Amino acid sequence: MNKKRKELIVSAINNGTVIDHIPTESVFQVIRILGLDKTKNQVYFGTNLDSKKYGLKGIIKISDTYFANEEINKIALVAPSATLIEIKDFEVVRKANVTIPDNIEKIVKCFNPNCITNKQEVPTRFSVIYDENGNLKLACHYCEKNTSKENLTFV
Amino acid sequence: MKNRSLVSINDYSKEEIIKILDLAEEFEKNPRQETLKGKVIASLFFEPSTRTRLSFESAVQQLSGSIIGFASADTSSVSKGESLKDTILTVSNYSDLIVMRHPVEGSARYASEVSPVPIINAGDGANQHPTQCLLDLYSIRKTQGTLDNLDITFVGDLKYGRTVHSLAIALCHFNTRFHLVSPVELKLPSAVKRHIKEAKLQYEQYTSLNEVIDASDIIYMTRIQRERFPDPLEYEKVKNVYNLNNSMLSGSKDNLRILHPLPRVNEISIDVDTNAKAYYFEQALNGVYVRQAILASILALK
Ligand SMILES: [Zn+2]
Repeated sequence: MNKKRKELIVSAINNGTVIDHIPTESVFQVIRILGLDKTKNQVYFGTNLDSKKYGLKGIIKISDTYFANEEINKIALVAPSATLIEIKDFEVVRKANVTIPDNIEKIVKCFNPNCITNKQEVPTRFSVIYDENGNLKLACHYCEKNTSKENLTFV
Repeated sequence: MKNRSLVSINDYSKEEIIKILDLAEEFEKNPRQETLKGKVIASLFFEPSTRTRLSFESAVQQLSGSIIGFASADTSSVSKGESLKDTILTVSNYSDLIVMRHPVEGSARYASEVSPVPIINAGDGANQHPTQCLLDLYSIRKTQGTLDNLDITFVGDLKYGRTVHSLAIALCHFNTRFHLVSPVELKLPSAVKRHIKEAKLQYEQYTSLNEVIDASDIIYMTRIQRERFPDPLEYEKVKNVYNLNNSMLSGSKDNLRILHPLPRVNEISIDVDTNAKAYYFEQALNGVYVRQAILASILALK
């Protein structure tokens, strides 16, 4: 596939943000986490695109929208490899990677069914910790139980 | 500690823990004072726990405070579906401090965030029970003369036993050598072991109790609780694995004391009760002094 045809798959935007290198299975989660299903701006996305580095990837382009770091970092849980490109007047003005934040609020459920956040209307709060093998876990601010990556579900 | 809620033992530093224990020692010498005179303490037991509730109520009344509240959720507005937030906000209008026990984990932390008055967690499901932890520490210090450098043996359900988790974490301040006796299925969770490892302390795990008795300064027995098990078959397999009886103590150290958060079922034989090393009933009495100390220090009356 030549470069020109590849660009045609997902339209270019003249102003806005491109989120590239999303694991293809996480594209819809990223859309939900960033609330893109509710935006009034144009959103283009692609899934199962070929990527040299990752095999298959997803991409999302959002017109006229720029994200604060803390907002974009929310997607790091599902798309740690994602890269961010900000475009103004067709020019790339900023490139960035996502980083996993120290605290995660509201977007993830606690895996403990007897946690207050699963029993009453209490928004979740976690701090991000790593176990001795370096695996990411979310320590619940309320029930103090750790939710591991395999048990992550999104609100 | 003034006006600060006590939700988890992790909320207190080593110095704050010691301060509570020192104050509890004063109350033990003189448990009837007017420290809480004019204060109203709410005691909200969303699930029944007669032992803990009576201990708190006795602590308050001996200090001339008054108590309002309920002993179980079915006699309160909670049974009509009132949210925890609404109950807490309502009760905080009538009280200076709220003691609460609730079956849901994290409920006390949440209550402390919505409540204008301080909260003392008297147990939130399988999560935390910090006043039990402080009374355990008090009992250890009182019987051993120190909290430092002790050989402490935990026995039974180390996986689901919240008193074990809190106490083990608190003991990481005190250079403890941990001996962990449990069936393989009920080993101490890695989240708790992490604290021990981070403090660079020694721990050993055993499945048999016999081999570790003679090395122990404290044996902390626990009941294997049916209600904590997601799988009833898992409970049936392990419910009777440990039984401490008097003959097993023949070679133990003179200073050994046996603790148990009570109620016990059959993990300690009654023939141990008359042994001078049995300490579980005095341990419960210490709970009153420790709770007096916590109440007084949060209300800044001592
Ligand atoms: Zn939780």
